[in-house]
Amino acid sequence: MKRLPVLALLVWVCAVFYVGIFLFVGGFLLVRLEVNRTSTCADVLFPGGAEPKGDFCPTEPRFRRVVVLIIDALKSDFARYDPANEAPRPYENKLPVLNEMVSTQPSRARLYTFRADPPTTTMQRIKGFTTGSLPTFIDVGNNFASSAILEDNLVHQLGQMGKRVVFMGDDTWMSLFPKKFHRSLPFPSFNVKDLHTVDNGILQNIYPTMEGGDWDVLIAHFLGVDHCGHRFGPDHPAMAEKLTQMDEVIRAVIGRLGNDTLLVVMGDHGMTDTGDHGGESQKETDAALFLYSPSPLFPNPGSQVEPEVVPQTDLVPTLALLLGIPIPYSSVGQVLLPLFSTAESPTGLSQGEALWINVRQVNRFLETYSSMAKDIPPESLTQLRAEFSRISSEYLKSVQEGKPVSSELQVSMQEYLTSVRETCRASWARFNPLKMAVGLSVLAGACILCYVLSELSSVVVSRGVLKVPVVCGVVVGGVVAVGQLASQGYVEAAWCLGGAALSSEVSFLWRSRRNHPRGRLALARLLAPALLVLLLRCASLLSDSYVVSEGRVVTFLLCTLSLYVPLRLNWDGLLLPPPPSDSQKPPGLVPALTLPPSVVRRESATMLVCVGVLVGSLYLSLSFHNCREEQGACQPSPFLSPLSRVQDSRLRNLHYVLSLASLAAWAYLLHRWLRHYGNLNSPGVTVFAARFLLPLASICTGLHWAVSATPEDSFRNLADLIGLAQVVLPRAAFALLGLGLSLVWLDPLTVFLKERAPLQSRGPSVPPPKYRASTGISPQAELHHLIPQLYQRIRRSLEDGVPGGPEDGGPAVEAYGLGTVYSAPLVLLCGLFGLGLLLLHPEGMALAFLLLLLESGALLHLHACSTTLSSLQRAPSNGFSVPWAPVVLWSLAACQFFHTTGHLPTFPSIQWNAAFVGFPQGHTGTLLPATLVTLNTFSSHILFAVSCPLLLFWPLVCEIRGWKGSRGGEEGEDAVMEMRLRENPQQFSSALLQLMMRYLFVSGVQVFASVCAAAILRRHLMVWKVFAPKLMFEASGFVVSSVSVLVGVSLVMRVDAAVGSLFKKLVPEASR
Amino acid sequence: MWDAEIRGMASAHAIIASSVFMATVMPAVLVEKFSVYGTHLVWLYSVAGSVAVVNIAVYWLLGIGPPTKKNTLSYKVSRLIRSCLYFLFSCLFFHTVVVLYGAPLLESAVETFSLAVLLSTLTTLRCLCILGPNVQAWIRVFSRDGAMSVWDTSLQITTGCSVVGAWLGAFPIPLDWDRPWQVWPISCTLGATIGFLTGLVAAPVWIHWHRKQLTYKIK
Repeated sequence: MKRLPVLALLVWVCAVFYVGIFLFVGGFLLVRLEVNRTSTCADVLFPGGAEPKGDFCPTEPRFRRVVVLIIDALKSDFARYDPANEAPRPYENKLPVLNEMVSTQPSRARLYTFRADPPTTTMQRIKGFTTGSLPTFIDVGNNFASSAILEDNLVHQLGQMGKRVVFMGDDTWMSLFPKKFHRSLPFPSFNVKDLHTVDNGILQNIYPTMEGGDWDVLIAHFLGVDHCGHRFGPDHPAMAEKLTQMDEVIRAVIGRLGNDTLLVVMGDHGMTDTGDHGGESQKETDAALFLYSPSPLFPNPGSQVEPEVVPQTDLVPTLALLLGIPIPYSSVGQVLLPLFSTAESPTGLSQGEALWINVRQVNRFLETYSSMAKDIPPESLTQLRAEFSRISSEYLKSVQEGKPVSSELQVSMQEYLTSVRETCRASWARFNPLKMAVGLSVLAGACILCYVLSELSSVVVSRGVLKVPVVCGVVVGGVVAVGQLASQGYVEAAWCLGGAALSSEVSFLWRSRRNHPRGRLALARLLAPALLVLLLRCASLLSDSYVVSEGRVVTFLLCTLSLYVPLRLNWDGLLLPPPPSDSQKPPGLVPALTLPPSVVRRESATMLVCVGVLVGSLYLSLSFHNCREEQGACQPSPFLSPLSRVQDSRLRNLHYVLSLASLAAWAYLLHRWLRHYGNLNSPGVTVFAARFLLPLASICTGLHWAVSATPEDSFRNLADLIGLAQVVLPRAAFALLGLGLSLVWLDPLTVFLKERAPLQSRGPSVPPPKYRASTGISPQAELHHLIPQLYQRIRRSLEDGVPGGPEDGGPAVEAYGLGTVYSAPLVLLCGLFGLGLLLLHPEGMALAFLLLLLESGALLHLHACSTTLSSLQRAPSNGFSVPWAPVVLWSLAACQFFHTTGHLPTFPSIQWNAAFVGFPQGHTGTLLPATLVTLNTFSSHILFAVSCPLLLFWPLVCEIRGWKGSRGGEEGEDAVMEMRLRENPQQFSSALLQLMMRYLFVSGVQVFASVCAAAILRRHLMVWKVFAPKLMFEASGFVVSSVSVLVGVSLVMRVDAAVGSLFKKLVPEASR
Repeated sequence: MWDAEIRGMASAHAIIASSVFMATVMPAVLVEKFSVYGTHLVWLYSVAGSVAVVNIAVYWLLGIGPPTKKNTLSYKVSRLIRSCLYFLFSCLFFHTVVVLYGAPLLESAVETFSLAVLLSTLTTLRCLCILGPNVQAWIRVFSRDGAMSVWDTSLQITTGCSVVGAWLGAFPIPLDWDRPWQVWPISCTLGATIGFLTGLVAAPVWIHWHRKQLTYKIK
């Protein structure tokens, strides 16, 4: 067979897919590095200590206390008051207190529009207005697992300065700032339909707390308005009620404020007309900000330029400087100037000083960030640096001269801060539509490529088609690189790769179109029911509800498709033996091609049993699912929790026994299968792996579970031993499995050769040797197992041209296990690999893995039976080609078992415990734990992708003995099983290529669909919660499974090479 | 002869379809606070009952059915009992299939079984009427060359449409629209009924359209 072209084509297609994913993700997912440094008061403001008076914290803070009332989703419209409005809508004119204060006490109160940055979801917003930064979808930080904010933030700084922070309200804060509050009263925020629990909880506590005096900073987060918007929308009487309640709260709080206290009333984001938020429309981003202080704070209106819109990040430096704490390190906000004193009324920090501190801090952050990450464009960075050094020298000059900061300098400082903010925003908070579009088109092209390749596989294998596209891609990529170098001075890899991928795709498609003008690529074939199911699956990725209940959707589709297979066969009249009245048949049909009725009945029965097993295991698999946050009443599967957490000891024992039984069943079934096909006879290393390493590793796994399930305090005197066992046992299992895998790779043949008759020597003229595999005729072997054997027919009979029977020439060599020479190592590899992956899962998942084995076995058998039954219709030329239905089933099953092994496409559901299997003390590097977690997460993708070639082999393995021979063909009495592949290397390679392309197509189309979902719905409410994580998981799943596909294919190639050399060794022996 | 048969089938189908509408309208007069969503099971059983009665009556009056070999009373009684048993089995079969598709196992089992009863009425009952209690014949009918008369073809079409309708009816259940008809099993029963009605309309049209191509073997 042609090994290199097939592998090269696969690698090329995968590379094109990767480029597409890389481009799209680069334009869609904005990544920001978290700077994990914190500011302190001791930070020196002037470089080189040139200036003596340079404390980061103002010595005398303007306010000692602050009350922050956060009213979730307080849109800016809600806060406005229009006395001329005669018939206000439910959300209008309901907060008159704000307007009253602003108009009656202009020096004490201000109302601004408070503009949030997208994504306008509560958690992201809390992060935004406490760190002063612009959170993106992924903030790459130290901990992925918990949602706690590790970046420097206001709450942390307040704690550092000894301020007592009291929090009450939305419990999201508790996960963001664990153990940071002096006192906290969280209330559950999850139920969107509950308008009152959080608010009433705050109202019961806020006034006693304020009067109690045991606080410096009081944060109260009301959720009622937001929940009311989600439930009823803003235009509803309930909103009026809620806003009126908030009005009363603000009045009551103002009445209780001390002179040294600042009141901040703010919304974290707005809402659309339907009450939703999350996107970046102005209705969602514009919230209200109201500031009030009992003592005069603001200059008289008109004396200064007032900002119309305050960006949300600006609150952080303002509050920090007013309270006398350092500005958090990563803040890119700008102080609100009206809150600082001017020359006329010198109290506290002057405007110039505040701005200088702010500029200094922002510059320091920019320097740190640009040294860590390269996503800020260098030219704007140099510009900003130059600007800063100018400001810095001017400020120093004016300070040394003792003059107040000039207004021009103030303006340029403000401009500097704004431009830093905009630069950061451009690189963190904006999509790159061009990159997204190019990525999408590369992906679409790759999908078409897969389809075309799978349709034209036989043509493609025979001719070298890869040269032109690859050359084309390299040339275009190089040209793009040179062009960029000439015009911009640096090379952006993404565009070069994109250009290369697109051009190689186009050139390939153009050539294949030119080569095959006749309608071989009939589009009507895309409407086959199996592909319709795939289409439904892709369409389901575009709806958040379907993504949320993805596990069930996939199971439903799988169930449909697996029931469709027998129905379709029945529709074609192939499920039942044809009626005996054959006389009426048209003479065109060759009667010899029909199967005997008994065979048809047996195959149909097997097939129906397989469908039963398949559907049954699909149903059972539903009980292993985990639950998403969005699925309200769902209970996660009890098998997902590790045994050590199960309290009831009887239940724990039951779980343990169940897991152990399924582990044993896994090992036994594999062993049984290999023995059945005679693959356990040879003395080779692979057989050694199958016979000894597999059971040993299983024993290690079982013992490891037992050890890790023992309660910590039950065997105190054995604690050391248990600790040791927790390290040694899983590592031993890993080592055994690794050894097994490498042995399988080293010598994949499981063929046992037995010489039966003395070899006859012949003359020197050796014609091209011929070999053939056939069934055993030895009654012993027949009795034991189904063992196909290889005859090396002696050369005399070949020379004479007599198709000699075994008794004629006498068999030279018998080969046990030759019929499954390709599938046995693959099955063994998957078995070993599956055991290793199982070790990374919670113990209860052993049941799910057993289910996986059963289901994939049933699927393979179903495919084999339907191939046999429909072999009448199939033209013999493409004998090995695998139809779409089993491929789609196989790929959907991979997705289904992703859910059945307790995974979900969300970041919190990643099973982090996998990183600590065998490493209970933790790791030093990040590569190993990342690998372990990846293996755990995508275990079903890996297993199904590696074992994908089995779809090609299984119909041959299950070939009916005796029947094909009775057709009177030239095979005689042989059941040659997988040796058929050996006999038709050309067809073998084309069928293998086709199968792999189909598998890649099915997975790639799903990636494409989720990429489309992310691109189309990028302003959807659920984009950061549902679609973007789904895209991440789908894309990484594709990468993992395509790599696994390559592994599986290269194992097949390895086996093929080994078989080739085996025959080469045999034939000269026989001919000697 | 062809046209007469198609016309007869079209009118039979019209009668059956009108029975579905009657079963929806009549209880509104008789039962207090009747609505398709609110008192769903009442509607379901009224539709199932009326479709069953009208089906049996129409096919008995038209004289379509399997040729009976014997005409004795005991044979007829045994056929009747077998038919009832088959109907029951088909209800259980549909129930199992629906559960395997992901319906809740224990809670709302009554609703699931009612859906199974409705599906059996729309599919199995017609098989029983046209083919008699003969599973071999049923399996034979649902193959490409299995139809032996226009009635067999119409059976293929209506059965397929009903099952596909019920299958499509499961689609809106996970959506977060909070509509009353998204409650299990309302969307599926509605889907099955609508599919059945579509099949009743589509069968004569399709047969008329393809009357040139259709050739039936003589029994």
